[in-house]
This record gives sequence, structure tokens and C-alpha cells, in this order.
Amino acid sequence: MNALARIATGFVSAVAEAMEELRIHRGRVLLSLVGVAVAVCALATVVGAGAVAEQGVRETSERGGGRAATATFNVNATTPPEPERVDAAWREVLDRYAVAYGTRLSYGEMLVQFTDGAVAVPVQAVDPAYGIIHRVRVSEGVWFGDADAERLAPALVINEAFWDRLGRPPLATHPTVELLGEGGRTAVVVGVTPRNGEWDTEPTAFMLADAYASLPVPGGTGSSMMGSLLPSFEAWIDRNQADPIVEAIRRDFAAALGDGAQVDAFRTDYAAFGDDPLLFVKLLVVGVAVVILLLGALGLVNIALVTVRTRIREIGIRRTFGATAGRVFFAVLMESVVGTFVAGVVGVGAAILLVRSPLMTMVLGGGELEDLPGFPIEAAVIGLGSAVLVGALAGILPAFAAIRVRVIDAIRF
Amino acid sequence: MRLVEAIDVGRTVQIPDADPLTILRGIDLTVEAGERVSIVGRSGSGKSTLLNLLGLIDSPTEGELRILGEDAARLRGARRDRMRGREIGFVFQQFNLLPGRTAIENVQTPLLYAGGASFWRRERIAREMLERVGLGERTAARPERLSGGEQQRVAIARALVRRPRLILADEPTGALDLETGGTVMELIEEVAAETDAALVTITHDPAIARRADRHLRLSEGRLVPLDDPVPAGSAA
Ligand SMILES: Nc1ncnc2c1ncn2[C@@H]1O[C@H](COP(=O)(O)OP(=O)(O)OP(=O)(O)O)[C@@H](O)[C@H]1O
Ligand SMILES: [Mg+2]
Repeated sequence: MNALARIATGFVSAVAEAMEELRIHRGRVLLSLVGVAVAVCALATVVGAGAVAEQGVRETSERGGGRAATATFNVNATTPPEPERVDAAWREVLDRYAVAYGTRLSYGEMLVQFTDGAVAVPVQAVDPAYGIIHRVRVSEGVWFGDADAERLAPALVINEAFWDRLGRPPLATHPTVELLGEGGRTAVVVGVTPRNGEWDTEPTAFMLADAYASLPVPGGTGSSMMGSLLPSFEAWIDRNQADPIVEAIRRDFAAALGDGAQVDAFRTDYAAFGDDPLLFVKLLVVGVAVVILLLGALGLVNIALVTVRTRIREIGIRRTFGATAGRVFFAVLMESVVGTFVAGVVGVGAAILLVRSPLMTMVLGGGELEDLPGFPIEAAVIGLGSAVLVGALAGILPAFAAIRVRVIDAIRF
Repeated sequence: MRLVEAIDVGRTVQIPDADPLTILRGIDLTVEAGERVSIVGRSGSGKSTLLNLLGLIDSPTEGELRILGEDAARLRGARRDRMRGREIGFVFQQFNLLPGRTAIENVQTPLLYAGGASFWRRERIAREMLERVGLGERTAARPERLSGGEQQRVAIARALVRRPRLILADEPTGALDLETGGTVMELIEEVAAETDAALVTITHDPAIARRADRHLRLSEGRLVPLDDPVPAGSAA
């Protein structure tokens, strides 16, 4: 028999012995194992729910400030350059730095004819990439595609309140909206964004920037709320080298615009504000879980020590039948580890059920998560790993106690 | 082969707040493979102590002891434990069964430390051994539910299950009636003969003692030969 087979057999037989011991002493160990299972469940739930909640927080911040890393560029010039020239310069700079997602962004207004009257509706004029940078979700229809730029009638992505005012027509029927003002136009609704909180009750809409620029100035309401005729520009940049690229884009963009034009640049994504805004929450949550687990471990050590003392004689008997000290040490350790491993499996299983339960998902993500993460593997690994670790830690003391006694004394005990 | 060789062996124990107590002194003993030795002696004469020395459970404080050719004083740690498990089979005076485990689990215990095929086939081996001691029907019973004699037979099955070369039996028939005692003794001798094992038996029973090839008596810590194990006046 080669050494590997011998070690394998030794391992299996020690585990077999440990399981038998567990069965015999199940009354005593069960309670502490329940404690460990609860602690592991708490830990895995906290880590798993933390990941889901983090996803929720991140998605919310991304909807506002863009994904990491998103930078906004504003052009300032005493004599504003031609918008066409600015757009061309922007596209060229994006190409130069291989930025796949960049968008113009301006805020404006359009006068919309509803059945109950005309309403000035705030509009965000954007490029299709905006939807990706800000993770815009649509509950009906689709977000803008490249083909929408070719449309004669401008495409609109409207909010739920807007859609309500239209009487919620199915988007498959290509509902249209009358835009009032000089030489009014007809726009086509292609998508609807879901309601974004309690306050989201007034109609708003997205329109492609080029389409918006070609609109006639709406009836006397002014074309911009930003005080500048130029849009701002956003780019989604590889977060690992965001800062140098942002600076390079800012510089090249300004240079391309020429005389007197200045470009400001700043990051708007959550990752720009410190390394990890959720670090504190994560640390807190993990800290609490570790304390729970250590309490479970303490109970386990206590019980394991008591059981070993009462078993000194049994251990002595086993030694007379060939159990080496190392084998006894390992078997006692394994008893603890096998027990906590099982408790860990139970705990992680319970945590998965908890985190995946619809109620929990709703609480954590407001039911609006786009990328709803599955139960994170790391939560399962951390849960099981800490269970095994706690088992090993709790088993070491009793294992030492078990081999300290000499065989003859154990037999006469 | 010489399984046991004791030269001038003694065992003294330290007792707190008292003079050291010498239990055994000047023990000379050799046991060859296949030999059967019986030891008698009064209660407290040190019989169990001697058996513990021969079984590598205890160590002599004086003299030289060789077990299967190995110097017992130099045999330490895992090597000592493994050799004890592989070569020596104990039948304890108080049975020393593991409480809570069934008869078959008790008999399997030595096989847990055997490794290899013996470990994987432990259940079958243990069952066969229990059948040989007449407990084939009681394999699932816990020691607490067994009679004293049945417990003793479980202990015997456990001692023999690894086919040891040196069988040390401390009053193996103490809890058995005359007839069962004889049957069980026959069984131990049969298993011993199969592997040419040596058998050292401690007994109070002259009928059991008489089955041995060599008869010894412990008295005042010394081992003396005994010509006739049947005490004067006994009818047996
Ligand atoms: N570790 C020890 N410490 C103190 N006294 C001991 C120790 N070991 C044995 N003794 C004593 O040595 C004597 C011999 O004990 P042992 O168990 O060998 O006797 P025994 O011949 O087997 O008796 P019995 O027939 O009653 O089983 C006893 O008086 C016992 O109390
Ligand atoms: Mg005795």
C-alpha cells in the first residue's frame, strides 16, 4: 500500500470515527452546533444580503452619477463655438481614447399636447450611450438604439407619469405625441421608464440630442434650463486609469475647440468619492457576524472540553487498540470540524433561502434591481470556511487535552 | 520467535505523601510464539500491572523488557501505539467496552486503526468474530444491554479481531459459567493457534490455568513457577 493510500485511509477512518463519536454524543453537541449553524446562517446572510444591498446601492448611484468611472465635461467660452464643431471635436476625442460610451447631455423642455391640454415637459437630450452609462431601465418598449437617429419623427423614451397621461397605449402600436410650437412635430414613443420613487409623478422624457436640436424652439418657454446653449458631455471610462484619461480628454477637447474655450472635467460616479463608499457598512456587518461566530465557537470549546474530560477513559481504551496520539488528536479535532461543517452547510442553506426569498430581495433592492445577483459564492465560501475554521479552533483545545493523558492513567481513570 | 523477554523487570509507583510502592520486582519471563502461559496470584499481587507492562501500556521502572524483539524502553510514540494495535490483543479484566456503541462497533474499533483492507472490510470481519464467540445475534446490542458474560465475549472478540501475535487476557472467563468459560477459552486458543500467537492468561480458575503449557504464580511482586496449578484439596 503506498503512502498516499495509507494517508487517505487514515483520513477516512478518522472521519468515520469522528462521525460515530458525534452520533454517540449528539445530545451534548447538538445545541452548540445549532448555535454555530445560526451564526453561520447570520454570517452568510449578512454577506449575501450585503452583496445584494450593495448592488442596490450601486445601481441607484449609477442611475444618478453613472457607472464607475463616469466623467462630465463642460465647455466654457466667451463666444460659444458652433455646436456642430463641438460635437465633432467630442466624437474625435472619444475615438482617440477609445471610449466606447460617451453622451451629450442637455436639459430642456418641450410643449406636449395631451388630451386635457398642453403641458411643458422637461426633456433630457442624450445620446444612446446615456442609457448604458446610467443603467436606464425601461419597463415597456426599448431604450434608444442607433437606428432611432434615422427616424423622421423623433423618438421619445417617456416616464411612467407621461405614459399614464397618454392612457398607457401599448408600445407595439407606436403611439405618437404631438409636440406643439412653431412648425410642430410628431414624436414616437419607443420606451417607458418605470416610476422612480414616490415623487416621480410629473411627465418627463428623454430625446436623442440631434433630434432635440432640430426641434423648433418651443413656444416661448426658453430652450435650456442650464443657462448654456452647449450640452455637457459624459464619458464612461475604464476605472483603473480614469484620472489620466479624463485629464487627457479634457485637454484635447479644449485644444480642439480652439481659442479661448475652456473645458471643466469632474467625476460623477460613486467610485470617485473615496475608495469604497460601502466599506464602512461592509466592515460593520462582517464585524457583527464574526462576533456571533466567535460566541458560537466559545460554546463549542466549552462543551467539547467537558466531553473530552468524560471520555479520557474511552480514549485510553482506543489507544490500547492502536490509536496513536496523532490519530486521537486528529479524530477529536475532526469531531468538531465534521460537526461544524454540517452546521455550516445547514446555515448556508438557510441563508440562501433567506436571501433569495422575494421579501428579502424587495427589502434590499426595492425590487428594482436590474442585475439581481444570485446568492454570492463568496458568501457560501465564507460561511462554510468560517464554520470549518471555528470547528478547528474549537477542537484544538480538547484535542490537546485528549492526548495529554498517558495511556496507563487513562485506563485506570 | 521470542515474543516476550523480561529480565529483572520491576515496577514501582510513586504515591503522593507516601513511600514509593514496589508492585513488581525481579521479574524474569520469556514467552515464545505459540506458547500458552497462565498466571495466578492473589488479588492485588500485581497481575494486571504485569500484563500492562507486557502490553506496552505501562513501562517498567527497572530491568529490561523486550516485546517482539524491540526494547520497550526505546519504543515510543506512534511506533509504540501502532505496534500495540497490530501485535497485541487485550482482554481487560473490566472488559473496557466503549459505552453507547453496539457490540459490533466495539469489535470494529481496533480495525479503525488498522488501515488498508482491514479498515474497509471492518464490518464483515467484526461480524465474523462475533459469530465465533456466539454473539452473531447480538451484534446491534449495546454493552449496557448485554449480560456480564456476553460483554466479556464482546471484549474477547475485540481483542482477537486484528489477529494479534500476543494475546493478553486478564481473567477472560471471570464472568462466565464453567461451561461457557471452557468454550470461550477453546476459541481463544483456536484463534491463537491459527496465527501461532502466544497467549498469556491471568485466571483464578484452576481449570482454565491447567489448559496452559506453563504455569506461573505472582506472589509478593515476584513471579515463580508453579508445577501444579490445581491447589491441594481441589477435586477438579
Ligand atoms: N498507578 C498506581 N498507583 C498506585 N497504586 C497502584 C498503581 N497501579 C497498581 N497499584 C497497586 O498495585 C497493586 C497491584 O495492582 P494490580 O491491579 O496489578 O493487582 P491484580 O493482581 O491485578 O489484582 P486483582 O486480581 O484484584 O485484579 C494494587 O494494590 C494496586 O492498588
Ligand atoms: Mg487485576
